[in-house]
Amino acid sequence: MSAISREDVAHLAHLAHIEMSDAELDKMTGELGVIVEAIASVSEVASADVPATTHPIALFNVFREDVVGPTLTAEEALLNAPDSVDTRFRVPAILDGE
Amino acid sequence: MNEIIRYSATELAAKLRAGEITSVAAVQAHLDRIAEVDGGERGIHAFLHVNGEEALAVAAEVDAIRAAGGADAEALHPFAGVPIAIKDLIVTKGQPTTAASKMLEGWMSPYDATVITKIRAAKLPMLGKTNLDEFAMGSSTEHSAYGLTRNPWDLDRIPGGSGGGSAAAVAAFEAPLALGTDTGGSIRQPGAVTGTVGVKPTYGGVSRYGAIAMASSLDQIGPVTRTVLDSAYLHELIGGHDPADSTSLNEPVPALVEAAELGASGDMTGVRVGVIKELQGEGYEAGVQERFDESLEALRAAGAEIVEVSCPNFKYALGAYYLIMPSEVSSNLAKFDGVRFGTRVLPEEGPLTIERVMGATRAAGFGDEVKRRIILGTYALSAGYYDAYYGSAQKVRTLIQRDFDAAFELADVLISPTSPTVAFELGSKTGDPLAMYLNDVATIPANMAGVPGITVPGGLSEGLPVGIQFLAPVREDARLYRAGAALEKLLEDKWGGHLIDQAPELSAATTGGVA
Repeated sequence: MSAISREDVAHLAHLAHIEMSDAELDKMTGELGVIVEAIASVSEVASADVPATTHPIALFNVFREDVVGPTLTAEEALLNAPDSVDTRFRVPAILDGE
Repeated sequence: MNEIIRYSATELAAKLRAGEITSVAAVQAHLDRIAEVDGGERGIHAFLHVNGEEALAVAAEVDAIRAAGGADAEALHPFAGVPIAIKDLIVTKGQPTTAASKMLEGWMSPYDATVITKIRAAKLPMLGKTNLDEFAMGSSTEHSAYGLTRNPWDLDRIPGGSGGGSAAAVAAFEAPLALGTDTGGSIRQPGAVTGTVGVKPTYGGVSRYGAIAMASSLDQIGPVTRTVLDSAYLHELIGGHDPADSTSLNEPVPALVEAAELGASGDMTGVRVGVIKELQGEGYEAGVQERFDESLEALRAAGAEIVEVSCPNFKYALGAYYLIMPSEVSSNLAKFDGVRFGTRVLPEEGPLTIERVMGATRAAGFGDEVKRRIILGTYALSAGYYDAYYGSAQKVRTLIQRDFDAAFELADVLISPTSPTVAFELGSKTGDPLAMYLNDVATIPANMAGVPGITVPGGLSEGLPVGIQFLAPVREDARLYRAGAALEKLLEDKWGGHLIDQAPELSAATTGGVA
């Protein structure tokens, strides 16, 4: 496994929608390098014949009757919105430019 | 100190039912204690929000029902009127829920978690919301955006984490009961370092609906108390199937109180206790190992059959955990985008697009540890690394489950120290994330396999509590209560009382609070 570079961290921060200063990127790159090195040992034991476990207890699809249960009113749903108009969330522009 | 706050929840409940104490008096005694030791310069700071008015109103309602007698009084839950504190990761109507993050500062949940609905139905007054590492990410409660929590045993040391607030509240007699959540040890490790009891139930045994998700395949809500029996009562109250959580087990809650009462005889005849070879020795403090060995001797003397078991893949558990957990974190925390709820921060310059607002919001709203885990998870899940990291970690999860299966062929319960060290000094590990992660080396395997675990006080090392952990097979939570109550009884007979009675006296003078 390759080491994690500063460019990697900058790209990951962009993917995760977290703005980072140059100083933060430097610090995070160093810390993640140490952590990634420490956890890389997992691939040593993970041979091809071992099945993956996604969940601690086997899950089966859970169905319910297709009836409306209790739901939030629009007012309740908007109670904590940073910005709203009428019965909707208001957001900044989706696209840049004109 | 008011005697009321020294009672266990079970003792207090009995006095409330007998009419010796009113619930209003019990709640007020705890609110007074919170005022005295929680808020000062060197206060415990277990609470992020104190819910005095509502707690007193619920208490008054219980008192009125009891005073009137009749069918309504008969129908009350046995713990009605006993106050409880709630980890601030669990959503509550009428009180703010912050997850100890700036991202949710002032956020008011429009709904209650299922465990809160059950607590309201049983009429346990809620004292307030307790501190934690931001979004439950940490082992010391130092990653809270609202300040640290102090360990009642030594105000310069950590109370564990992430549920340091709940554990400290119970240890400092600010509450007889609390709720925690445990993703990699966040109930058990704080329990160990504060000399209290904490239980991580079987995955799915308690509904997660309304617990702000950190890592959904690992998270579990559980009880935080001072005695094993109190945990059993609280576990029975909050457990059971919930249609709102599709991972919740559709089966009845086991008879946990009965198991704790059986264990309280101290008799362990015929119980096979498996010592996990890999969870001791190197990395474990000598004082921790000594208390652990004494506990084994006590259990052996009480009739337990002590066997050694080997779980060779546990050494990969920490690595696999720090791939799976951050991967789930990066997905679960994507919803904090400044659109529908929580903080919104606008970029200082440049065009105002939603993407840039998200970037600025998440930069300002999340602390360093949360960012670190989101980035790590995004890395582990990214194309080219997925198989090597996330895929491998899931295979390790299978290997850990197989280790548990093999161990439980040889033993009814497994035992280990809960934490490799006693409480460390505040600030001593915040600069070294990896050193902080190692605190959970003994608790993480249980979350990876979904098995239940309990920590009970095992004595002191250099004046600080040591925790002893029992683990049981999935759905066999009752075994934890049997073994935990037995060890508690055996050790308390030796100590001549609860371990917590040996904790230093806290007062307004020591914490800078209100006398």
